[in-house]
Amino acid sequence: MSAEAEVLVEGSAGRGKALVLSAPISFWGGVDPKTGRVVDVRHPDHGRSIAGTVLFLPGTIGSSSAAAVLLELVHAGYAPAALVLHEPDAILLLGLIVAREMGWPTPVAVRLDRERHAEFATMVVTVSVDGQLSALPPP
Amino acid sequence: MTLALSDAERAMAAGARGAGAAMAMRIVAESARLLGAPRLIPVASAHIDGALYHGDSGTLFAEKLVEGGAKVAVRATLNVGALDLTGCSRVRLAEPARSMARRMMDAYRTLGCEQSWTCAPYQAGHRPAQGTDVAWGESNAVVFCNSVLGARTNRYGDFLDIACAIAGRAPDYGLHRHENRLATLEFDVGALPPAFLRSAFAWPILGSLYGRLVGTDIGVVTGVPSHPGEDALKAFGAAAASSGAVGLFHIAGVTPEAQDAETALGGLPPRTRIAVTPAMVADARSRLSTVARAERVDAVALGSPHLSLAEFDEIERLMAGRRLAVPLHACTGRHVVEALDAAGRRRALEAQGVVVVADTCVVVTPILPEMTAGVLMTNSGKFAHYAPGNTGYGVIYASTADCVESAVIGKPILTDIGP
Repeated sequence: MSAEAEVLVEGSAGRGKALVLSAPISFWGGVDPKTGRVVDVRHPDHGRSIAGTVLFLPGTIGSSSAAAVLLELVHAGYAPAALVLHEPDAILLLGLIVAREMGWPTPVAVRLDRERHAEFATMVVTVSVDGQLSALPPP
Repeated sequence: MTLALSDAERAMAAGARGAGAAMAMRIVAESARLLGAPRLIPVASAHIDGALYHGDSGTLFAEKLVEGGAKVAVRATLNVGALDLTGCSRVRLAEPARSMARRMMDAYRTLGCEQSWTCAPYQAGHRPAQGTDVAWGESNAVVFCNSVLGARTNRYGDFLDIACAIAGRAPDYGLHRHENRLATLEFDVGALPPAFLRSAFAWPILGSLYGRLVGTDIGVVTGVPSHPGEDALKAFGAAAASSGAVGLFHIAGVTPEAQDAETALGGLPPRTRIAVTPAMVADARSRLSTVARAERVDAVALGSPHLSLAEFDEIERLMAGRRLAVPLHACTGRHVVEALDAAGRRRALEAQGVVVVADTCVVVTPILPEMTAGVLMTNSGKFAHYAPGNTGYGVIYASTADCVESAVIGKPILTDIGP
C-alpha cells in the first residue's frame, strides 16, 4: 500500500501505527495535551492516544487553540509521528510552524484525500519527508 | 498561487526590526503560504487568544518574542488567561504550571497587549468598524466580530494572532475577501414558535445545531421575528463555533451584512436549505446535556462567553436576594467586575454564594470543586460542549432561570420551555 501526498509543513519523516479518525476532531478540549489521548467523550475514538501514531484527520473543528495543543504535544513528546490531513488546516498546522521556529523536532504534515484514509487503517505507516506514504500490515 | 511579500515585509522577516518581529513575520508569511494567500494585508487591531496556558511550550514561545524585542504594532486585547489576576476567584493551578501561566501572561503584557483578559472583548470597548480588516483569535470572538460587527477576520489561532499583531499584517484570504462572506445556505427557523425564538434559552441550542449542520459553509438564518439582542447573538455564535468551524453567520434583518436574506446570499438562491423543525431543536437540546437524570447539582457555571453587565442584572433579579445551596460560578471580564464593584454589587452576590470569576473561566483552568462524577448545570452552549472533556463534570443544559433555581436548592430544576 502506498500513496503520494502533498507536503503541507516540512518536518521529520515519521513511522507509526495508523490512527484513522472516523470523525472530525477539535484538538482543544478534544485531545489532552499532557498525554495525547482523545478526551472528547462525544468523539467515536474517545480514549485512544494519538501519540506516536500516523494520524489521519478527516477534518478539524472548533477552537482556535488547536495549534497550542499541537505545539504542546510536540514539546512534551506526545505528538503524532506524522499528520495526514484531508485539507490544510492552518489553525492546527501553525503548531508545527511554530515548533520549527522554536527549533524543536517537528513531524511532517501532508495532505491526502480522506476517501483514501481508510486504506491505511490497522497498518504501520511510514511518511517520508517528501510526502510518500507506505504501509505494511502490523507485525 | 505564490505569495508575494513587499520589500518592507521581506526586510522584517529577515530581521530589520529585530529577531522577535522577524519570527512574527515569518510565521505570518508561512501561514499565508499554507493558506494559498497571494499577499499580506494591513490589520487595524488584534484579539489575542494565545495567553492561555496549555503547557510550557506557549510560555517559551511568548518569551522568545519578548527576548527578540517584539512589540505589537496595532491595538491588541487579550483573551482569558489561566489565572484570575483580579483575585475574585481561587484557581487551583499547582506549581510549576501556576508560575508558567503567570510568566506567560506577563510576557504578553510586555509585548504591549491590553490587559482586557476577556473572551467578550466586543463588550469591553473593542469594536472595530464594519468592513475593517482585523486579526482576531478565540472562536466566539471571531464569529461575533465577523457576524455582529461586520469587521473582517479569519479564525486566527494562538501564535498567529500575536504574530499578526506584531507584524501588523495578515494573510489575504478567506473572510477578509467580500466574495467569501456571502451565504450559500439558508437555515430557516420560521417554523419554531416565536416565543421560543424570543427566549435567551433558544440561542445556544440553535447555535449548537447550526454549527453541527453547517460546518464550514456560510449560512443565513431566516425566520427570526425580531432582533434577539446582543447577548443572544453572542450565545448563538459561541455555540456554533464550538460544534462546527463557524467563523461567520448572517441573520436576515438582524446582522449588518444581511439587511435581508437576498443580500446575504448575494442575490443567488441558497445551494442548501435547512428547514429547522421543533424535533431537530429538541434533539439538539438533549445533545447539549451529558447527564440525563441527576438527583443533585454540584455547581452551576454561567458566562461563556463572559457575562455582560445586563446578564448580571438578570442573575441578580432571578436570585432575588436568596442564598445558594451550591456555588454559582459567574465568569466575566474585569470590565464588568469594575462596574459591579463600583456599586457594591459583587460583594452582595458573593455573600449569597456566587463565585465571580474574572480574567479566566471554569473550563480553561481548575476552579470548580474537585470531584468525580460531578454534575454541572449551565446556560452556555460552549460550556456544555467543553466542560465534560476539560473538567470531568457531566453537564445539564438549562435556562438561566433554571440554573439559578437549581443553585438555590442544589437539585436540578428543568422547566419545559419548548420549542
